[in-house]
Formats: sequence, C-alpha cells, structure tokens
Amino acid sequence: MKLDAIFISGRTVNQGVNLENKSSTAYFDAAGYCEMNSTDAGKISTDPGNNVKVTTDFGNVVVPMRICEGNPDGLIFIPMGPWANAVASPDTAGCGMPGFKGIPATVESTDEKAPTMPELMARLK
Amino acid sequence: MIIKDVICPFCGCLCDDLAVEVENNKVIDVKHACKIGAAKIRGHNRIEAPMMRESKTDEFREVSYDEAINEAAKIFVNSKRPLMYGWASGLCEMMKKGVLLAEEVGGILDNTASVCHGPSALGVQEKGIPTGTLGQFANRADVVIFWGCNPVQAHPRHMSRYSVFAKGFFTNRGRKDRKIVVVDVRKTDTAEMADEYVQVNPGEDYKLLAAFRAAVADKADVIPDTVAGVSKEKIVELAAAMKGAKYGIVYFGMGVTQTRCKYKNIDIAVSLTTDLNAYTKFSIIPMRGHYNVTGAGQVFAWETGYVNGIDMSRGAPYYNPGETCSNDMLMREELDSAFVIGGDAGAHFPAQSIAQMAKIPVIQVDPFHNPTTEMANIVIPVKVSGVELAGTAYRMDSVCLRMRKLVDVDFPSDEEVLDKILAKVKEIKGVS
Repeated sequence: MKLDAIFISGRTVNQGVNLENKSSTAYFDAAGYCEMNSTDAGKISTDPGNNVKVTTDFGNVVVPMRICEGNPDGLIFIPMGPWANAVASPDTAGCGMPGFKGIPATVESTDEKAPTMPELMARLK
Repeated sequence: MIIKDVICPFCGCLCDDLAVEVENNKVIDVKHACKIGAAKIRGHNRIEAPMMRESKTDEFREVSYDEAINEAAKIFVNSKRPLMYGWASGLCEMMKKGVLLAEEVGGILDNTASVCHGPSALGVQEKGIPTGTLGQFANRADVVIFWGCNPVQAHPRHMSRYSVFAKGFFTNRGRKDRKIVVVDVRKTDTAEMADEYVQVNPGEDYKLLAAFRAAVADKADVIPDTVAGVSKEKIVELAAAMKGAKYGIVYFGMGVTQTRCKYKNIDIAVSLTTDLNAYTKFSIIPMRGHYNVTGAGQVFAWETGYVNGIDMSRGAPYYNPGETCSNDMLMREELDSAFVIGGDAGAHFPAQSIAQMAKIPVIQVDPFHNPTTEMANIVIPVKVSGVELAGTAYRMDSVCLRMRKLVDVDFPSDEEVLDKILAKVKEIKGVS
C-alpha cells in the first residue's frame, strides 16, 4: 500500500542544534525522519520508528517514521537536510529557489535501511 | 571570566543578552541562549587541518594552508564559471573580500538566501517593503501574524524577546496585549500557542492572501465560500482584526518563499500590508535564518547592486534569479568549480543539484565537517565567526551589530584565507 502525499521540509530545534555537527548520529536523529499523522501511518500499516520510503519525481529516501498529529491528512514533513533533499525538486521555477515544499510524493512501509549522511552523499558521487 | 552582552551567532534574531563563561580560553557555560545558540557557542568537533584529494572518492590527505590556498587559487584561475556560494555564517568584513575575489575571477556570487529568502528579495524589488525594527514590533504590535514560519523551532527566543511575550512600551502586559495568528499548512508548535490557527492548503497561500486583500478592501462579496481551505467567514473576521490593530506585524518564512508562487507570495503579502496602512499601521518582515544572511544581502547590495545570484563574469554585475542562482547554474551544468564558504550547499541543495557539484572541483572554507566536505576536493578550516572572531553582522531587521570574540584559536579567519587566495590568483594571473 502506498500513500499519496504532499512533501514539505522545514526547520526544527534539534536540526539547528546539530547544524555544525552533521557527521554525528545526533544529526541523523534530528534530520533523518518523516512525520505524518496517525491516520496516514495506519493507511500504510507502519508504526513510529519503522522505516518508510518516500519517493518523488526527483528521488527517494528511506527514513524512520514519526507521528505528528499537527500534520493534516496527506501531508508529510522531513526536516531540512540531506534526507529531505533526496526528494526535493531542483526546479527553481524561474526565481532561483528550488522546490523544498509542496512536492507530490508517495510513502510506503519498507524494510530497507535508512542511509547515513555520508552514505547519502556517496550516492551522488 | 563571564563575558556579558554576548551576541548569539546562530540565527537572524542576534539575541544580544547572552552571558558566556570562559575559563582557560574555553567556553564552559552559556547562559540566556536558546538550545541552538548554546550548542553553537559551546562548539563541536572541528576540522583540524587543511585537507585535499584528487577524486571525491579518495581519502583526504592533510596539507599546509599554503598548499591548500595555492591549489584553490589555481582552480579559480582555471575556471570559466566558478560558483562562490554561502557567506551567511561569516561576518560582513569577509563578505567584502569575497566580492573582490568574485570580481577578479568573474565568479557567480550567491548566498544562502538563494534557498531561503531569495524570493523575498524579488518580492521586495517588485513592491518595496513597509517594515521596521524588532524593537518597534516588541513595543507596539498588538496583532502579530506568523505566516509560514515556526519560531518555536527555528527562532526559539524570537517570541520572548520581540514578538509574543515581550513586554513593551505600548504592550506592557506582553502576551495579554497581543492577538497571535498563525497561518501554516500544519499545526506547528507555534500554531499551538496562537489565538487563531489558520490552516491553509499547501501551495495556496497566494489565493488566501488575495482573499484577505479583498476582505480588507470591503469587497467580501467577491470571496468564494472557501479559499485555500479557509472559510470566507474566518477570512472576513481576521481581516477585521487586522484593520482593528493599533499596530500589526506579519512575520513570514519558508512556508511562503519555498511554496508554489514563491516570490509572488511575498509580492502580494507586501501589498496586503500596504493596503492595511490605509486603516492602521502594519509592517512585514522576513524571518531570516543564518545570523548574518541579512548582512550578506547588505554587503552584496552595496558592492554590486544586488543581494544574491550575482554573475560577475561580464565585467559588471549581472543579476537574474532563475538564471544566475546556484541551483539554476548547477542544473544547467554550467559551472566548472564551486567555492563554498560560510554555508553548506551539500546539506541544503536538492540532491540532483549536489550531484552536479560532484562533477566539478569543490573548495570548502568552513570550521566543520559537513555534507559539503563529502563533495569537496580542498577543505580549509577557519575560525568560527562570532565566537572566535569579532566583526559586523546584521540582525533580521537590518540593524547592524558588532559580534564579539570570546576565545582565541590558532585557525586563520575566513577573511585571511580570502585575502591569500586573492593575492595568489593575482600572482598567477600576473596582475597587481
């Protein structure tokens, strides 16, 4: 079962705390996850801490899922950083700004492992 | 020793009331800062020495500063289209040197606004900006709108110092004297604290702003029953609250600059603010992220006329976001080197753009290992500005402040590195 969703990224306190500590596991914990509400999590039969695979036209990424009831149905959030960037759009729509918010995505439960920051960057070399 | 009135070098709030305890040239305690500012001032594991490698899949080898700087200069001289990105975690003094280097090498000068408030600059160029200082907002604003921003997470002391809880001359009861409205696509922690949470559909901010303009102009008859997921009734009610403010302020963030319509959202938000000034006093201000990204815009604008996305290759500054910003140029595969200083392109550009960086030589000037390091060929560690180096920074409201030095370290400053690269470039090119 795949969930059709809209992906957005954004700041969090812990992502900020680890901005100069990006090689650490603390940074992965702070920026490598995907939030959705419990209704959406139920639709793809996943529990908090289990990995989900987020796919857009621009790439895919595996991250642990967390519940955030503040998200409306069909809205997923990944903190800004390399994991969010894996599915962000490089199209700047003629004004220099890539697409970090409002990107159509699908989300599914997965047994695949979530990549570390160096593993994510190595994918791009 | 306790150093008082330290200015925090993390976000655009530039909180200026920190007390930092330093013993034996080490920071041992940080008081009054938020969790993020304290973490920055306490410090993290840093890059200890300059490093180089031929291929991005090789291991780095340690080199001298001279060797790293000479090689960086050679890359600049051999590049036709060098990107020079970042700048916002540095001080204004070094940005000025960056402009000189960009002039000499014909570089593309771009700062982190490119993936942050670059669209705000475009919106402001279209419509101007009725704005003020954070002190004015703290002392006067009784209607406070956070549109597409989440200060609880991104600017943790903003609310206590300036916008929500701050007690000012005309707002001496703090929170009780203010109506707080949050417009966002999800119920954020900031929304939880608001008097009114308005949930806008993703990508439909422009429609909602247009509906507010109609309601403010007493043209509610043209507003459909629901706009962008918000009822006409709520729009009319909030428009009346805005017009009834003694002083209103709109703080806005990435929720409008990064979503559909991008700079046009800023354009119409400024227009709404201007409209409201026919009835009361209303201001609008972007919530800036890096502590000195506002300074980067200031320095680049006074040196070149433009705030970001500046192509210096024509002998005169040329600016056309959509063509000359980092991600535009990376995706056109037009760049033949990248110089990243005071910013982390590797962590904050879409993966497809970073994959283009993997194909060209990358020079990084930064105190810390980060995703850009993973893509770099030359890494030059420097002082942490605002902790190990004093100088000028601009708060998000363009108030200019002097950052303090708290401890001494042996690393060179980014300004010194830029000076040396520029001197070497001139030497190689045989110009004085």
